[in-house]
Amino acid sequence: MNSVNSIRDTFFEECEELLEALADGLSEMADGDASQDTMNAVFRAVHSIKGGAGAFALDQLVSFAHSFETVLDGLRNETIEQTTDLMRVLQKSGDLLANIVEAARSGSTFDEASLASNLDALSSYGNASSADVAPEPAFAFQPMAIDIELPDSSDTDRLSDTHVGFEIHFTPHWPFYANGHDPILLFTALAQIGEIDVALSEENLPTLDDLEENTTHLSWTITLKTDESETILHEVFEFVEGLCDLQIDPIVAEEEPLPDAIANKIPADKKISAEASAQKNTKPVGPKPTLRVDLERVDRLINTVGELIINQAMIAQRMGENSALLDADLSNDLDDYRLLARDIQEAVMAIRAQPVKPLFQRMSRIVRESADEADKTARLVVIGEGTEVDKTIIERLADPLTHMVRNAVDHGLETAQERIDAGKDPEGTITLSAAHRSGSILIEVQDDGGGLNRDKILSIAIEKNLIASDQEITDAEIDNLLFMPGFSTVEKVTSLSGRGVGMDVVKNSVVALGGRISISSTPGLGTKFSITLPLTLAVMDGMVISVADQTMVVPISAMIETIRPEPSDLHPLGTDKLLLSVRGQYIPVIDVAEILGLVRTDACPAPDVYLLIEAEGVGQCALGIDEIFDQRQVVIKSLEGNYQAIPGVAAATILGDGKIALILDTDAVALMQAGDPDRARKSNSQLEHSHE
Amino acid sequence: MTITVLAIDDSRTIRDLLRISIEDAGLQFVGAEDGVVGCEKFNEIQPDVVITDINMPNMDGFGVIETIRATGANRNVPILVLTTESGQDLKVRARNAGATGWIVKPFNDDTLISVLKRVTGFAA
Amino acid sequence: MSDQDEQFTEKSTCEFVTFTAANQSFCLDIMKIREIRRWAPVTILPHSPAEVLGVMNLRGAVIPIFDLAAGFGLGPTPHNDRNVIIVANNGTQTVGLLVQSVSEILSVSEDQIQSTPDVNSESTRQSIPEVISLENGMTRVVDLQFIARAVSQVAA
Repeated sequence: MNSVNSIRDTFFEECEELLEALADGLSEMADGDASQDTMNAVFRAVHSIKGGAGAFALDQLVSFAHSFETVLDGLRNETIEQTTDLMRVLQKSGDLLANIVEAARSGSTFDEASLASNLDALSSYGNASSADVAPEPAFAFQPMAIDIELPDSSDTDRLSDTHVGFEIHFTPHWPFYANGHDPILLFTALAQIGEIDVALSEENLPTLDDLEENTTHLSWTITLKTDESETILHEVFEFVEGLCDLQIDPIVAEEEPLPDAIANKIPADKKISAEASAQKNTKPVGPKPTLRVDLERVDRLINTVGELIINQAMIAQRMGENSALLDADLSNDLDDYRLLARDIQEAVMAIRAQPVKPLFQRMSRIVRESADEADKTARLVVIGEGTEVDKTIIERLADPLTHMVRNAVDHGLETAQERIDAGKDPEGTITLSAAHRSGSILIEVQDDGGGLNRDKILSIAIEKNLIASDQEITDAEIDNLLFMPGFSTVEKVTSLSGRGVGMDVVKNSVVALGGRISISSTPGLGTKFSITLPLTLAVMDGMVISVADQTMVVPISAMIETIRPEPSDLHPLGTDKLLLSVRGQYIPVIDVAEILGLVRTDACPAPDVYLLIEAEGVGQCALGIDEIFDQRQVVIKSLEGNYQAIPGVAAATILGDGKIALILDTDAVALMQAGDPDRARKSNSQLEHSHE
Repeated sequence: MTITVLAIDDSRTIRDLLRISIEDAGLQFVGAEDGVVGCEKFNEIQPDVVITDINMPNMDGFGVIETIRATGANRNVPILVLTTESGQDLKVRARNAGATGWIVKPFNDDTLISVLKRVTGFAA
Repeated sequence: MSDQDEQFTEKSTCEFVTFTAANQSFCLDIMKIREIRRWAPVTILPHSPAEVLGVMNLRGAVIPIFDLAAGFGLGPTPHNDRNVIIVANNGTQTVGLLVQSVSEILSVSEDQIQSTPDVNSESTRQSIPEVISLENGMTRVVDLQFIARAVSQVAA
């Protein structure tokens, strides 16, 4: 049973791929630039789902896929005309097919009623086509190559109870042999039905000189003693009917079998030539060969490579301490080691990287569904769907992205009438884009709607006591109120992809991935949400520093520059604050040791170096630290797995000497300094370890 | 002595189902995911019987049959096509191309093995 | 491990590792213990309660180290070369416990284990739900879940 279950799993995995190919193909078709290959691929996707579903007796899936594929078959054979309306039906069918697959996977049946209208639409197209050309005439056997003389059914009936056997006259034609049949196999099968006597008729056999290739000369008469019905015989001859002259005469009781004859065997040369087939050199042009690997194995590999990087750093450090050992050659070798280890790491990381395409494809469905429900017309434009992102990030991005896309349709876009009044295309556009940008991933969700209603946001925020009514506030600050916990106007629904969940939940999901989200909006032109995410959850580039004798790491992505100021650049403010002047600008200073509660020793009573950072929600800050060691890639290790989140600390890493160093959460530290420890804790951008 | 079955189908699910039935019957199974790969595997392993799907990328089932049959010495190798109930015209087309027989999807172990037995004569 | 487990269930006996912290005897279900390590310097965690000594690298995993005595309000464990860290599973987490020394493996039948009597301190009863009487005194059965919970409350 296990194997069946695992095939079932395979089937559903495969369905996902097929549904992806289907969605892809359908959207190409909708854009009007689909090739015949695409049409075939679309047909095949639905056809394969049907085939697999049949094996698991998923009847609903089979019958829906069948109606669907009938229309697709008509389309690719050009017996059905492609219209905008039809494409809408097909895309909707694609969505429904995905729903039915999902229902089947969870062991339930999709609500039949909700299929009805779509099935009607499909069959209206499908029938139109089959009326014309009958693409799949059920059981209507075409008598093309069949010259068998079937006994008339009245004969069979009459004799069915009186026969004691059959006399079979059997003369194979050339295609019989050409199609891989062998008379001996038929005789063997007949021998299992009853006692047989096989007589070879040699009368048509020419002399050796007259023997021609690819012609047949042998025929047999088989006498079969059985009380089985003739139907059984036709099963035996099922595959060869039409490839031979076959006459089956029932033998009525007492009739003597034919005189002796020598049973013969056709010498069948079963050896197959190693000669290359004609099309051997045709290389597949389809998808690149892939290897399916258990994710756990990949993660184990990534972990081990992480350890290798640490080990390399450790060796380098030991060698550096013992300079007597380090000659130029060894130093070069060590450099090579470092580069190779890096290469391996990148290659291994690439295994986890996947294109965002399947995720984006799902969004096109969300746009259609949301638009349907909100009675708006909307289309999704996708840019950069080939951008590769860590698998875990893609998975965890699904919910927030779904929510944002729904929001964009629900709240971002205006109704068709409002759009016409505003002089816009009545169909709204949601643009979803992905791109690599300087070591991170940028994902944007943009609508061409009316922009944020800032007055309304402001009044809601005041009503909900999120801000004071007399507070001075910029437009950007108003927009960011959307991310405030408790801003959401609709009552809460538990699942993130459900309606009414606030943008704060979206923000938390993004932050949990080590990313950031920002918003920009232009009245009348639309709203854009931008998400910046790390390339991978497993490693990052960090600056290794020391603070109060503790070695720590600061993410390079947060840093702008390092500064070793003159004492005159530092200006005390109030009793305990300090400002650093950088090119005429005063930047607040944060003593990292102090903010983290680390005790300074006499050896380094005050910060020596400052790291200029840009902190989310705070702006520029200067982090006071003691020493900078070097810059390197570090493997991110979660603190939450075995402990818990710590304000000001994003994660941990293991250094060359095997000791743990904490990775500073610069945003949280800045917020703590700004006297907002609660927010620091909440927006604590914990870097998550991807292997958990 | 066992026989080797080459199964060509682009659906992993169907290939897995075939594999289980075939291996359970004590036969050798070799899978291929499209017609081109199927023909390459055919030349490589010289199977005793071929099962092929019709609708496949790169080269469809008809192409597979024609390619294999193009070599005279391969005419004795039985080739079975996988069809669905309604694919009656496909059976005819497949046979005209040189197919030995067909297996109707969804199949069960018994029908599959009995068809294999019928066209190869192996004793299970 | 699972074989042993079954065996014990049959005889209804349990095995504990006993150790000393703040000069008192404690013990922990042997099934929860992964390994025992020598003390090694830890990385300090900011703003952590006194019983959280820091984190340590256990073959690539980051595990927190707790001072058991401090966690029970018995004062910090003084530095000593004999100090060891008991690495234990606490649900899905792995934690290290700093103790003075490990004593022995104790095999007791279930009836030797008794609930901690009412000592008018709920927190004590939660962290030490049971006690086992020995020939030369008593050992306290430690409930790890309680330690971690207490720590996270303090830290949060």
